[in-house]
Amino acid sequence: MELKNSNFERRVLLTRLNLVCAIFALVMVVLVGRLFYLQIKNNEHFSTKSLENRIKIEPLVPARGLIFGRNGKLLAGNTTSFSLVAIPEKIADMEASISSLGQKLGLDTIELKRSLVHFTGKSFEKHVLKSSLTEKEAAIFAANRFHFPGISLISNSSRYYPFGSEMAHVLGYVGRIQSKELKRIDAANYRGTRLIGKTGVEGSLESLLHGTSGYQRVEVNAEGRVIRTVERWPSIPGENVHLTIDSDLQHEAFKALNGKVGSVVAIDPNNGEVLVATSNPSFDPNLFVNGISQRQYNALIHSKDRRLFNRFLQGQYPPGSTIKPIIALGALEAGIKRHDVSVFCPGFFRLTEAGRPYRCWAEKGHGNVKMADSIVRSCDVYYYSLAQKFGIQGLHDSLTLFGLGEKTGVNLPGEKAGLVPSANWKKETLGKSWYKGETLISGIGQGFMLATPMQLAHAVSILASKGNVKKPHLFRESKHNLLAEVNPRQSNGTNVVLKNQNNWDLVREAMVQVVHGKSGTARSSKLANGIIFAGKTGTAQVSSVDHNLELQLDQIPVHLRDHSLFIGYAPAENPAIAIAVVIENGGSGSRVAAPIAKKVVDTFFVGQPDILTSRNK
Amino acid sequence: MINILSILNRRVDLPLAGGLFVVCVLGLVVLFSASGESTGILISQAIRIGIGIFVMISIAHLSPSTLLRIGPILYIAGVLLLIVVAIWGDGQGARRWIDLGYIRFQPSEIMKLAIPIVVAAIVSNRSLPPSARSLFVCVLVIIVPVILIYLQPDLGTAILVTLSGLMIIFLGGISWRIIRYFSFLLCCFAPIAWYFIRDYQKQRILTLIFPDRDPLGAGYHIIQSKIAIGSGGKFGKGWLNGTQSHLEFLPERATDFIFAVYCEEFGFIGVLVLLMAYALIVIRSIGILYDAQDTFCRLLGGAIIFTFVSYIFVNIGMVVGLLPVVGVPLPLISYGGTSMVTILGSFGILMSIQTHKKFYANV
Repeated sequence: MELKNSNFERRVLLTRLNLVCAIFALVMVVLVGRLFYLQIKNNEHFSTKSLENRIKIEPLVPARGLIFGRNGKLLAGNTTSFSLVAIPEKIADMEASISSLGQKLGLDTIELKRSLVHFTGKSFEKHVLKSSLTEKEAAIFAANRFHFPGISLISNSSRYYPFGSEMAHVLGYVGRIQSKELKRIDAANYRGTRLIGKTGVEGSLESLLHGTSGYQRVEVNAEGRVIRTVERWPSIPGENVHLTIDSDLQHEAFKALNGKVGSVVAIDPNNGEVLVATSNPSFDPNLFVNGISQRQYNALIHSKDRRLFNRFLQGQYPPGSTIKPIIALGALEAGIKRHDVSVFCPGFFRLTEAGRPYRCWAEKGHGNVKMADSIVRSCDVYYYSLAQKFGIQGLHDSLTLFGLGEKTGVNLPGEKAGLVPSANWKKETLGKSWYKGETLISGIGQGFMLATPMQLAHAVSILASKGNVKKPHLFRESKHNLLAEVNPRQSNGTNVVLKNQNNWDLVREAMVQVVHGKSGTARSSKLANGIIFAGKTGTAQVSSVDHNLELQLDQIPVHLRDHSLFIGYAPAENPAIAIAVVIENGGSGSRVAAPIAKKVVDTFFVGQPDILTSRNK
Repeated sequence: MINILSILNRRVDLPLAGGLFVVCVLGLVVLFSASGESTGILISQAIRIGIGIFVMISIAHLSPSTLLRIGPILYIAGVLLLIVVAIWGDGQGARRWIDLGYIRFQPSEIMKLAIPIVVAAIVSNRSLPPSARSLFVCVLVIIVPVILIYLQPDLGTAILVTLSGLMIIFLGGISWRIIRYFSFLLCCFAPIAWYFIRDYQKQRILTLIFPDRDPLGAGYHIIQSKIAIGSGGKFGKGWLNGTQSHLEFLPERATDFIFAVYCEEFGFIGVLVLLMAYALIVIRSIGILYDAQDTFCRLLGGAIIFTFVSYIFVNIGMVVGLLPVVGVPLPLISYGGTSMVTILGSFGILMSIQTHKKFYANV
């Protein structure tokens, strides 16, 4: 019974299996038939198609948007670079072609041949014989190209920066697209694009500057030359961008820096437009465009003066005495200090009778100092005593109002936030409690406190506009929506509103006296043409901050000399420019930073006679 | 050494192994070209083949009755892993993979072996033809993992796994009346299904019918593939000289469309050689089936051969433009995935069926 059943089962199964095999055979016949149809019957048709294929669709790369300065000068432009390419398969006599090419264009034939020896690609692939041809060479070839079947001229769009290193830290640069960048861009739109914005404005406005790629379908002959365009979808060029940077003033700032390591930032306090943003020493962004060599790149990366480091955006420095006007204002508002009550400065200050002395920069002391005088002569003891009463939270709150300790939001990538310390901050980051002595040195902008030149310029422009906060920005108004999106002007910070408007005048008059008073620390930096200059010097100790190594690594200098700082604005009434200068290890603020600021501001007014006449009356 | 060889010889079916070897070698040759002459890809494919051979020989040493016993365990483990993948899996776009650091594998591959074993076990448990009750159980056993695979989404694998299960029911002698009734229902539901499949799947079917509709988009694959095949002609453009693949016109050239690279470089003659090598494998496998000693073995073997041939036909059908583009690899040749191991493993089952015969008879 069991056996019989199994035989029956086997028969059923194998009948069905035979059927399946028959179907297999049938499908096999269909597939082989199809392959025969494609490969034998229509071989010619598909061979032609395959040939056409090699040449079909070309992306049309959009022209990258140009970048202009506020004076209309071109800061970043496009240029074309030419290369000679050969398709070895299509060249009958390579030897003869190359020597005749060398003769016609005046090129080194040995070098051309050497490039062919190293060629490892397929014989039907394009191979670069020589890149970066001069315009003359390209023109000669174009006129004679019928002599050279299989050799063609290709042009690449390239970028150049007429101001070189002066604009490098603002504009950034473009470079070849890296594989990690491919992931965040629309590959279809970048099909033919070679260069992409890496840093600076080029990086932050990439989507705007790049434009939209088009493409064309072209018919090409056996030599690889375009015979006709079948279809064409033109590309849409990138938007041109107008920056607020004044390239002439920027140039002057570099001249004024005269090789000193540091930066100058100038802002129009009326609208937050950044006029000058320099970081010295700088680098030539043109090096990056067509691929920087490893050796050059290493030299830049490892240069002792850190040329790639953007000092105005990322350099964090103890602000020193430059914050005294802000602290004085905060204390006045909070009712901590009356302006007409004086503090006696014997040259030092002690927390307790037997405590260590906190020194004033003037060893012999300033004697009796009132508030205005404390700014004019930059008395440290006055601010030790003020800070002791105000407390670290009071200092923190006053400084934060002026944008210190947070990013200004200027439209460049990589901005640093600086640091305004508080007891909470120290507890959270360092796990230690706050000491009274730390409050004292915070009162003179030392200790943990850090600010970038951009922040200092922003803070002084708030002083200049009597609390009217305009976020610093780099782009001028544009009709384009996209630019409006990246432009932070819509979202300005909260204005600084004082209970007593007279306090503005008190502090601002003291800042005028810093430059124009008999004992002002910047009295030797008066402006030309009698324009009233208000400012504050700062000389920040570097050696006293090394207990905070972790946060300072970025700017621990080789030498431990003081940083030289200056902030200021002019004209004192209705200011048109606010400026911050930081010179690394420059020494005294009044001797080094203030004269640099004076030069830049002088140049600024040379170009603006209307401000001279109307505002200074 | 000789001892090891003789042990292998006892369980490995040499004609079958020979056919597999030839196809694998052809596969590596064309893969080297398709991958743009990448030795890295070649080595990693060779490693997969190595693992596959190890799995194949291991399975060949298990008797069919052992396979019958571990089938359900494999099945349950596979379903659980599919659920795990549905929740945590990673993969580009589709959730198919489990990542174990060095090894990534698709649980759906386990189901390719587990479903035929379990369904064959159910059908062969009672006398043929299968009763309505066991049919119902079979359908249930098939449908649960298939839904999970379809949700990944992997329509190609879902369909092929379903067919391998249905194949067993068909071989089991299900009556033609039911088949007719079922086919009729299928035809009625086809238009409704159109509204349930995803947009890109619709796109692929439309592309098949109107390939010139969108030459830069959806139709691009199939147009380029046909050009590659057709331009190969009688003798091909020669190894490493396919312009369609080396100039990168052909998409997915190392994986799903590798057959087009083969056609372009080795021509119609080369294609016949490859198809004959495949035929050798299939004919030998069918021979094993005819000689098999019990219903379970025949049903299981039938499903394995059917799956293998379906993969070949669906992949080639897709590449030559007769079927819509579904992500089905060419067995033993396409790069990547865990399918290499599964396919060689399934031939291990066939070898087990062949070489455990006498042992079985003695019992």
